[in-house]
Amino acid sequence: MGQITLQGVAKRFGEVEVIPPLDLTIEDGEFVVFVGPSGCGKSTLLRLIAGLEDVSGGRILIDGKDATDASPAKRGLAMVFQSYALYPHMSVRKNIAFPMKMAGMPKPEQDRRIEAAAKALNLTSYLDRRPGQLSGGQRQRVAIGRAIVREPSAFLFDEPLSNLDAALRVGMRLEISELHNRLKTTMIYVTHDQVEAMTMADKIVVLQAGRIEQVGSPLDLYHAPKNVFVAGFIGSPRMNLFTGAVAADYGAQTIGVRPEHIRISATTGKWQGRVGVSEHLGSDSFFYVEGTGLAETVTVRSGGEVGLRHGDTVWLTPDEGKIHKFDTNGDRI
Amino acid sequence: MATRQTQGLARLMRAPAIILLFVWMIVPLCMTLYYSFLNYNMLNPGMTSWAGWFNYQYFYTDPAFLESIRNTLVLVLGVLFITVVGGTFIAMLIDKPIWGQGIVRILVISPFFVMPPVAALIWKNMIMHPSYGVLADVARFFGVQPVDWFAQYPLTSIILIVAWQWLPFATLILLTSLQSLDTEQMEAAEMDGAPAYSRFFYLVLPHMARAITVVILIQTIFLLGIYAEILVTTNGGPGTASTNLTFLIYRAARLNFDIGGAAAGGIIAVILANLVAIFLMRAVGRNLD
Repeated sequence: MGQITLQGVAKRFGEVEVIPPLDLTIEDGEFVVFVGPSGCGKSTLLRLIAGLEDVSGGRILIDGKDATDASPAKRGLAMVFQSYALYPHMSVRKNIAFPMKMAGMPKPEQDRRIEAAAKALNLTSYLDRRPGQLSGGQRQRVAIGRAIVREPSAFLFDEPLSNLDAALRVGMRLEISELHNRLKTTMIYVTHDQVEAMTMADKIVVLQAGRIEQVGSPLDLYHAPKNVFVAGFIGSPRMNLFTGAVAADYGAQTIGVRPEHIRISATTGKWQGRVGVSEHLGSDSFFYVEGTGLAETVTVRSGGEVGLRHGDTVWLTPDEGKIHKFDTNGDRI
Repeated sequence: MATRQTQGLARLMRAPAIILLFVWMIVPLCMTLYYSFLNYNMLNPGMTSWAGWFNYQYFYTDPAFLESIRNTLVLVLGVLFITVVGGTFIAMLIDKPIWGQGIVRILVISPFFVMPPVAALIWKNMIMHPSYGVLADVARFFGVQPVDWFAQYPLTSIILIVAWQWLPFATLILLTSLQSLDTEQMEAAEMDGAPAYSRFFYLVLPHMARAITVVILIQTIFLLGIYAEILVTTNGGPGTASTNLTFLIYRAARLNFDIGGAAAGGIIAVILANLVAIFLMRAVGRNLD
C-alpha cells in the first residue's frame, strides 16, 4: 500500500514562500513524475513528502494516516538521491544491508533480501566492492537496491539520472520503469527532463514556482495542455507559440502549434519563411524557419529526408485541428 | 614532458634544498651521538675523555628515567584522548548554524595563539592557584577545601593545560572534516532509520578517520617534546612526578651541566620517538591512504 495525500501542504523558508498551499493525491501503485524548470520547488515537495523538510502548513497523509509530524524513518518511504548518497566506507553489501540492520532485522532474512536485490539489479559480482570502485550506473543500482530491500510503501527518486551520461540514462530509465512494473509500488520521481517524465510516468505533475500547473497522463498533457506554460514545457522540441494578429485570427491571445503539426513545403502553404538551421536525424528532420513574421523562429518537424537547404524559401501550413488556443491569462480556450 | 634531461635538471635544482635539510638534520644528530660517548661536563669543559656506554648506563639507571618515560607516554596519551574526544564534540557543536558563528569559532580557536609559557603561567597563577585561583574560588563557594593542583595532581594539571592549548587545533581540523561530510548521506541514513548515535558511529566517525589520524600524528610529534609548561609550573616535581623525558634531559644538561649524559638522553628520546612513530603508523597510518 502506498497512497499519499497532500492537503494544503505549504513550505516557507523564512519570508519566502517556496510552495503555496497545494493539494495532490497519489494513488497506490502509481508512477508519478514531478516535472518543472529548476527552482520550481519539485525537489522541495519531494523532501516534504520524505520528511526531510518540515511543512509550514497543511497535512501529509500516507495510507490515510497523518504522517505530517512523523520522522522520515517512520513514514515507510525509501529515497534515491541525486548523488546516490552511498556510504563510501562500506561495501555494497553493507550499504544495502544498512536500513535492515537499523531496523534490527535477523541476519538470514537480511542476506536473503540482499541476494534477491543483487540478482534483480545485476549486482551479485560487485557485492564486496566499495562504492568508489563502481561506475555511475552501478552506484545508481546500489542506491536503488538499498531502497528496495526495505520494501517501502513508496519510492522517492530525486533526479536520479542527472549524473549519468546520455546512453546510460536511457538504459536506467528502462530499468526503473521495469522495476515499477514488477514491484507495483508507488513511485514518485522528480526530474527537470520532460522526456523522462513523458516516457516513465503514469501521471505527470507539472510545477512552476511551487504551484501545480497541471496534473494528468503524459498524453493528456501533450494533447490538451491547460495553459501556455505546460504547452511550452511538455513536448520536444518545444511547441511554437504565436501572439498578435495571427492569434487574433483564431480568436485567442496566444496560439500554439507543435513542430510535428506543421507541414513544410517548397512550393505552397499558408505562411512564407526562409530555412535557417536544419537538423537531420535520419528518421526526422527539424527546420528552424526564420522570417515568417510570426515569431523569431518557427520549429518544424518533418519525417524522413526533405531536400531543403539553408536559405531556401518555404511555406508552412499548420494542421488546423491541432492548434491550441490560449486566452489573455494564458489558459486554454 | 618529463624527459630524462628535465628529470636530471629537476634533481639538480632540488639538490641544494635537500642537502641543506639533510645537513641540518645529520650534523646535530651526529654531534649528539658523539657527545653521548664522552665524559663532558660544562663545569670542567677542558677535561673531556671517552666514556663508552657509561653515559647511557648512567642515564638509564637514573631512578627518574623509567618514571619520565611513563610520564611522557601518559602526557601524550592523556592529551590526545582529551583533544580528540573534546575536539570532535566541540567541532560538532560549532558545525551547527548558530547566531554569531564567526565569533564563536574565533573564540574557540584563540587558545592556540597563546604562547605555551604564557598559557601555563595563566593557568598556574590565575586558575589553578590554591589560594587565589579561579578553581579555588569555586571550591570555597561550595565550601570545599581548594585543591592544590600542582602539588596533588602535578601530571594531571599539566595534561589539562596542554590539552587546553591543543584542543583548538584538533577542533579546527575536525571541523573542516565535518564540513565536507555529504548532507545527502546523512539524510539517506535518516531515511534508512538510523538514529543520531548510529549516524555518528557509522557515518560521521568513519568520515573523520583521516582527520583524526592527522590530529594524532601531528600532536604526538609536538607532545613528545613538551617542556615549557613543565618548567614554569611544577619544575618537574614534586620529586619527579611530572618529569618527562625532555625535562629529564634538560635537568642533566642545564642543572647538572652534564653534556654527555644529556646527549645520551637525547639519543634515547630519539629512539623512543621513533618507536612511537612506528607504532602510530601501524595503528592509524592506513587511514591516510
